[in-house]
Amino acid sequence: MKVLCAMSGGVDSSVAAVELLAAGHEVVGVTMRLWGGESDTGCCSIADVDDARRVAQQLGIDHVVFNFTDEFDRHVVDPYVAAHAAGTTPNPCIECNRHLKFDRLLERADLLGFDAVATGHHARVVTVGGHHRVARGADAAKDQSYVVHMLDQAALDRTLFPVGHLTKAEVRTRAAAAGLRTAAKPDSQDVCFITHTGGREAFLGSRIAFRPGTVLDTDGTVVGSVESVEMVTIGQRRGLGLPGGSPKRYVVDVDVERAVVVVGDETTQYDDVVELDQVVWAAEPVEGEVLVQCSAHGEVRAAQLADGRVRFIQAQRRVAPGQSVVFYDPTNTFVLGGAVAARRSTSSAHR
Amino acid sequence: MSGELVYLDHAASTPMRREAIEAMLPFLDQQFANPSGSHRFARAARASLDDARDVVATVVGCDAGDVVFTGGGTEADNTAVMGAVARHGGLAVCSAAEHHAVLHAVEHVGGVVVGADAAGRIDVDQLEQVLARAAAGATAPVALVSVMAVNNEVGSVTDVAAVAAVVRRLAPGALLHTDAVQAPSWVDLRELTPHVDLLSLSGHKFGGPKGIGVLVVRRPDAVAPLLVGGGQERERRSGTQNVAGAVALAEALRCTDLERDAETVRLAGLRDRLVDALRSGVPGLHETVPRAQKVAGSAHVCIPGVENEALLFLLDEAGICASAASACSAGAMEPSHVLAAMGVPVEMARGALRLTLGHSTTAADVDRAAEVIVAAVERIRRFASRSTQASTARP
Repeated sequence: MKVLCAMSGGVDSSVAAVELLAAGHEVVGVTMRLWGGESDTGCCSIADVDDARRVAQQLGIDHVVFNFTDEFDRHVVDPYVAAHAAGTTPNPCIECNRHLKFDRLLERADLLGFDAVATGHHARVVTVGGHHRVARGADAAKDQSYVVHMLDQAALDRTLFPVGHLTKAEVRTRAAAAGLRTAAKPDSQDVCFITHTGGREAFLGSRIAFRPGTVLDTDGTVVGSVESVEMVTIGQRRGLGLPGGSPKRYVVDVDVERAVVVVGDETTQYDDVVELDQVVWAAEPVEGEVLVQCSAHGEVRAAQLADGRVRFIQAQRRVAPGQSVVFYDPTNTFVLGGAVAARRSTSSAHR
Repeated sequence: MSGELVYLDHAASTPMRREAIEAMLPFLDQQFANPSGSHRFARAARASLDDARDVVATVVGCDAGDVVFTGGGTEADNTAVMGAVARHGGLAVCSAAEHHAVLHAVEHVGGVVVGADAAGRIDVDQLEQVLARAAAGATAPVALVSVMAVNNEVGSVTDVAAVAAVVRRLAPGALLHTDAVQAPSWVDLRELTPHVDLLSLSGHKFGGPKGIGVLVVRRPDAVAPLLVGGGQERERRSGTQNVAGAVALAEALRCTDLERDAETVRLAGLRDRLVDALRSGVPGLHETVPRAQKVAGSAHVCIPGVENEALLFLLDEAGICASAASACSAGAMEPSHVLAAMGVPVEMARGALRLTLGHSTTAADVDRAAEVIVAAVERIRRFASRSTQASTARP
């Protein structure tokens, strides 16, 4: 096959290209230029593009750079800012996978005559019941099926995860064996467009006007204040202006419109229901018993899926509106679908 | 790659002329001496460097003493802009369609950037306003105006004499610099030089090697040097001279000058043949600048509904070497600042394609390129209409 391999300059995508070549594919490496602004983290730095190019040269494959900065701004950065402005928790890496790494790159790959797109994600594509499924990667600690859960049949038909069957240690061993300069390169962790120096606050502060907010207890008593309600996250327990010595309080709800943050004690942090928005299915819609994962490396919990909501068997820490909720089959092997946690009405949050 | 490569990116770099390669080889081999030395070996190198300087002076139409060899076109441009401001103080002025080597230098020294017209030439009305304001004392005096002779992206030719008349009238104390890096293959420099004080050239744009350029400095003390040290090039550019590069640049410039008239006629014919074929094969294709306003080797077009990143990939795959705007340091295609300055809409600029012909171009090259481009555009448009239908069909 003719495969377009997304190469970020990291070790996983470097080895992905190695694996594709070993499998006899015709491979072209592509580095996507996504974030055009200031960066001191992760992707898109010139040094990373250099690494990707040098690995491609060493492997004897062509390497190109595609400039998708406009689409990245539109599909990832703007929604990230909008989510904060609305008091919800954005998922920039998932939106990037959805819109850039797959939608946009698959479209470009089709246009250019490629049969498939490959990435270095730790996930696998398997066939279950005649349908493609995203399955967990072989390395449980590095599994990334959560962040690529949105891929549908049409996408999975043309997607390869060449390192999904390897552990991270095996990936590094193979990179070292191939003499790749990326063999010992640390994993990227952070949101690529947020700098270490300025952080989330500097990034958002230059894009939205922060509003001071009032902190209320669940019974409506004013207990504190925050400088910027847009920066507050569900579950947060510091920086809420609570008087010293008061009992532990956690954020239960953020209402940006009214500039109100509601806090409660430990018991208010738990809920057994997550309302769902923007549900996507890997193949067909599913109801009944599933396993649910609510963050990139979060634990899975047993739940019942019905009527556009997840009902956990046991109450769980509250899921922030905006977070991705991914459903796995009861054996915890492959993705059934996913959704975004919806904002719950304040009354139900206080229940 | 299928078959031979077709190279249509001469504005980016030209293949070296055989004569230039032959001319430089002895200096990479036996005649390696430092031309500043005192022994016979050094004197021989010095003689070759002086000969090269004479050749450049003859073709450019200046005194041999005006010729300063630099490490390339960017260094020549930077020296002109930053060196003039360092020496005289005051403002540097250029248009927004200049090459980054001038534009970023002007920005670096806090200069003034004026607009460009629809062909990418400096907006003379705006220039006049800036000069008049400075003359009236509303701003610092103007130290230097920089205006490119031939635009590297779209190929438009600026009437430097007309700009010079404006500068001399409104800012008699200002230096006039021209970035003539794209000019030697198309413009007789002897007619350009008398109008300016400073002029930049780059060896690899006319069949010479990379890493060698020229800054012509026609007024003594016009610029402070960027590089200080051993005081070579009459204290205007320190560093051991690149003798091999200077000799090859001079030989390439001499050949280019001799062949210019014939090559201009030949390549204008091939360019017209190429663009006419594209016009008939690609509906909606827009010629960015009318042919009468640009050099013979330039075929810059905008193709609506086509992303040039995808187009260039398909051309590359078929062995056609072309370009769009300049690439960023990461190698990604950047939106063209020249097209933006010209007021070309973003959707149009996204489909920009620069095909530049040069001394190596043949009729077979342009015919093959036209055929491949027409087919690639058809493929992209067919695909785009299909995915538009698909996305509108989605709920």
